Amino acid sequence: MSSTQQVFAAGPPISVQGSRWPRGYGQLHGADLRWAIAFVLPYAAVFFVFVVYPFGDALWMAGKPSLYVELIGDRFYLPAVVNTLLFVGLGVNLKMFSALLVSGFFIRRRWWIRALLAVFILPWALAAAQACVSFHWMLQEGGLVNGVISALFGIEGPIWFNNRWLGLGADITVYIWKWMPFWTVIFLAARMRIPPDIYDSAEVDGATGIRRFLHVTFPLLANLYLLCTLLSTLWTVGDFTTVYLVSGGGPASSTDVLATLGFHYAFDLSKPALGIAAAMSALPVLIPIAIVLMRRLQTSEVEL
Amino acid sequence: MSATPATMQRVRRSYRLRQRLIEAGSVVLGVVILIWSLAPIYNMFLIALDPEEGEIEFDGNLWPPEPSFEGFRGVITQEARYLETFWHQFGNSLFIGLATMMLTVLIGSLASFAVSRMRLSKGSLLTNAALLTYAIPASFLIVPYFRIMHRYGLSDNLWAVIAAQVAFATPFAILMLQLYARLIPFELDDAARVDGASFVQVYLRIYLPLMAPALAVVAIYALMLAWNDYLYPAVLLAVRNMTVAVTQGQLFSDTDAPWNAMMAAAIIYVLPPIALLFALRRHVAAGLTLEQPA
Repeated sequence: MSSTQQVFAAGPPISVQGSRWPRGYGQLHGADLRWAIAFVLPYAAVFFVFVVYPFGDALWMAGKPSLYVELIGDRFYLPAVVNTLLFVGLGVNLKMFSALLVSGFFIRRRWWIRALLAVFILPWALAAAQACVSFHWMLQEGGLVNGVISALFGIEGPIWFNNRWLGLGADITVYIWKWMPFWTVIFLAARMRIPPDIYDSAEVDGATGIRRFLHVTFPLLANLYLLCTLLSTLWTVGDFTTVYLVSGGGPASSTDVLATLGFHYAFDLSKPALGIAAAMSALPVLIPIAIVLMRRLQTSEVEL
Repeated sequence: MSATPATMQRVRRSYRLRQRLIEAGSVVLGVVILIWSLAPIYNMFLIALDPEEGEIEFDGNLWPPEPSFEGFRGVITQEARYLETFWHQFGNSLFIGLATMMLTVLIGSLASFAVSRMRLSKGSLLTNAALLTYAIPASFLIVPYFRIMHRYGLSDNLWAVIAAQVAFATPFAILMLQLYARLIPFELDDAARVDGASFVQVYLRIYLPLMAPALAVVAIYALMLAWNDYLYPAVLLAVRNMTVAVTQGQLFSDTDAPWNAMMAAAIIYVLPPIALLFALRRHVAAGLTLEQPA
């Protein structure tokens, strides 16, 4: 689910500041205050019962230090940490950079480019599980990919899910396929907000092509780019579906990431506490990112 | 130094050549993007239209020589193996999706109305709580969820899944609605208040109608989140109560399953959100670019 949460960044001008209302306005009191509380209550209840309580439960279950000793000793844990770093590091950065470049293609005003955009965002609307299963069969022995390889080059394609690095590469590719369209749309919306006269004056100064991208477009989008990369990192660490349904963690759990390894511990090996501990061991990285993100969201008005 | 006609011509010719190169480059890129985006969808149809049950092999034909709707028929009549309860599962998906959508819109719009329009003091705490929810990936909470739903007596209950989806969809709803609400002038609320309208009336008569584009975005987001999720229904529901998204996932490496019917079911399942997205694309575009409400 976490990957679907990426839609959160839909409004490019993200800035969440508490008090923005006009001055000279009194406090709420009496019936109005009661109404305000009644309006907030449903969300507060959902937040405490279905977010705070499960998280507290997780912390309580994963609190024993002995669990982490067991984790380090488990032969699947450290490879899963490496896989998570590769999956997130390569996946997020390749996806974001490609999305930034491709958004420059989609901003061109041609009818067929507009029509192509509708096709391009299909992966985002497609249910992740079904898309991942289709990729899984495409990459199987005798599947579409190896069929095309042998038809074009006359060679046998590799057995993709028999090798840790090929399997992980397939996972990262599917992840990029699924989530690049969404971020492309975000960057496209941001590019459309850049006033055309900036480009006009840049052109007078001789900045065209790659120089225009490096010295005009990228500096204008840098803040948004950083923010989106941080958000996407948070969500990608929790991506379960892609790895679980493309490589399935195989061969022999060598492509498991923390999210799928935790699931494996909890539901296949019946060690729920160990499963939570595997997931919680990512918190020392996630919480600083979340704090940086909250501060940036609160202090800076991220227009463009 | 003045430009001679010859140099002018050379400049014009190199400009035209450049334009043509850019045009050719974007056509190539367009074709690459088309293949990249459609390959897995094409693969779905290739398998679904194969007359042979369980045929996932690619034998060099770009289109099945004898396309067969046997797979689709097996799904619709529920005759295919593993898909005996397809329509029941489809109904479950629909119920979870619609309930998540309505609850998210309701809870999210009430909370963000209170914070952004009623000037509730300490309202920013609520926004921070919403942001904080995103610091913890949802998949990391699946084990405690499973235990807690059991404790609440909601194991194998569709409402357990709905509760989880609403919990993770409302933060987005609140942030999105708060951004959008800034575009609605406070003078409207004040005028209504001076005329004696209560906050409930302002919410119903002013806030909800003017926020329609943003509410549409939130509704689609919540529906798609619930419709497309795999992990939570897979863990929280038992087999007889499963949703469609889960069935294909759970059999994903089973070569014995009738894959033409499985892929036909997948195609039927992924269509509704795509249709919805395209039907409402104007609202979505307006909501995403935060245009002034008309």
